Amino acid sequence: MSSTPVLETRDLTIRFGGHVAVDAVSCAFHAGTLTAIVGPNGAGKTTYFNLISGQLAATAGDVLLDGVSLAGMPPSARTRAGLGRAFQLTNLFPNLSVIENVRLAVQARARVGLDLWQIWSRRRDLIARAEHVLERVALQSRRDAVAASLPHGDQRKLEVAMLLALEPEVFMFDEPTAGMSVDEVPVILDLIRGIKQDASKTVLLVEHKMDVVRELADRIIVLHNGALMADGEPEAVIASPVVQEAYLGMAPVAGEAT
Amino acid sequence: MLRTLLSEDLPKSRVLAFLLAAIVLALFLTPFLVPGAKAMGVAAKILVFVVLVASYDLLLGYTGIVSFAHTMFFGIGAYGVAIAFTRLGPSWGALAAGLAGAVLLSALLAFVIGLFSLRVRAIFYAMITLAVASAFQTLASQLSDLTGGEDGLNFKVPEVLSPAFELHPDPVLGASLDGKLLTYYLVFAAAMLLFLAMLRIINSPFGRVLVAIRENDFRAEALGYRVVVYRTWSNVLAAVFATLAGSLLALWLRYNGPDTSLSFEIMLDILLMVVIGGMGTLYGALVGAALFVVAQSYLQDLLRLAHGALEGVPVVSALASPDRWLFWLGLLFVLSVYYFPAGIVGRLGNKR
Repeated sequence: MSSTPVLETRDLTIRFGGHVAVDAVSCAFHAGTLTAIVGPNGAGKTTYFNLISGQLAATAGDVLLDGVSLAGMPPSARTRAGLGRAFQLTNLFPNLSVIENVRLAVQARARVGLDLWQIWSRRRDLIARAEHVLERVALQSRRDAVAASLPHGDQRKLEVAMLLALEPEVFMFDEPTAGMSVDEVPVILDLIRGIKQDASKTVLLVEHKMDVVRELADRIIVLHNGALMADGEPEAVIASPVVQEAYLGMAPVAGEAT
Repeated sequence: MLRTLLSEDLPKSRVLAFLLAAIVLALFLTPFLVPGAKAMGVAAKILVFVVLVASYDLLLGYTGIVSFAHTMFFGIGAYGVAIAFTRLGPSWGALAAGLAGAVLLSALLAFVIGLFSLRVRAIFYAMITLAVASAFQTLASQLSDLTGGEDGLNFKVPEVLSPAFELHPDPVLGASLDGKLLTYYLVFAAAMLLFLAMLRIINSPFGRVLVAIRENDFRAEALGYRVVVYRTWSNVLAAVFATLAGSLLALWLRYNGPDTSLSFEIMLDILLMVVIGGMGTLYGALVGAALFVVAQSYLQDLLRLAHGALEGVPVVSALASPDRWLFWLGLLFVLSVYYFPAGIVGRLGNKR
């Protein structure tokens, strides 16, 4: 574990009226680690993600990437700075082809979006890179299908493919396997495992399935009512009485939208 | 060569390719195929509207922005050229000055309107553009010293382009080789060039981002594309192309007034042409403008013929009265939207 964290939140807080959805969460994330974020429905996990990636503006506190504050930066600038996010509710370009969805992410990574003169279809390099990413999520057979026509599991894979195409420094997965059939899950888990191997990458994973968390996570943080309740090695966190009572005691429900 | 010229965006079906080729060829040969001032005037109007409608489609069809200020930019282009020729005399320098001034003013206005209002919800943006365009229209008719008010401006163009200029004393294939013909081909060449430039823009990486924003602006932003920057650029580009279309119109007519380039009716016509041709397909602008302007210009003539033939038949002859041309145009519009909801070009399979 290196000394300067790649990503850090300091007293990160957001209030909606009187409701504190994320309550002064301070947490540092280091390169080469996968941190699972768990907590019951409505604990503020997705809201925490939204504050980090910039979809929501914090009421108080700060987010730092490589020691630099991201305050006031729009989501696009945070993505360009190295924060990549896959969304919990599938969020694609529905009427565009599968390859074009990924190619747009590759193009964003290549920073050629403001180029008015090149012909996009002649940038074979970008298309080839997008095709390569599609192979990694085993979607190459659906290359030319319209994104909206894909079954749910394939849309989840495409969502992950777009994140891979961004080649970020920090990967944020928000329940990447939610709603996937049992035989589709391993492809995604293998991908996350592959990213984890790379010591320069930082992975944040919101996940409900405890077996997945147990297997992948180097560390678990628990959010409860917006506050950081526990933080530590997976086995220790899972075994701690406070977590057993507040979270693991009750059955996790699939498909939340916090 | 052709692939590069069309930015690899070749028409997707043979029928469409044939239709487009036929329209362009007809426009190219109009002065010789159909002699007479009216036909050439209609063809020139089509050329101007191809550019204007395509530039609007850049906003509406590709970026998903609803703006009602498009005729304002069209008007700025027309007034720029008209005022420059009126003030500076019929020289090429005046044309350049008018063009430059108009393009700069439009770009600046589009930039400011975009920056201030493209962050807000789409409906507010439409309202803001409507307000700005109305204010501009009033301003243009009030500043009569500069704009000629409601009467507009008549002006002289450089000698080579004036009807009095003769290239050759004898007509060729029924068309007199004069300055008017030269102006027509100048308008033709400029319109084609501007259209191809827009085709390149929508097929550039930038153009793909516009489509992404139209599809899902939230996700485009999350991928790292600053949506407000792209929307503003799209707004500025569309405004500049509309301005150039306006300049072409003024150059062709040697006249400009509020009704020729600023009226809200033109805004409605543009909307109809975009929808008839097909939103989000630049080729639709070519088809929509050609079809609409021809219908607008010749429906009355056609009805006059029909009216004459149906003289005495009670109800039908009243319906076929030339004064009812707007009714028939409306009917054609309703039918085309009903049968081709994606527009003619969309129906012919060029939609991506």
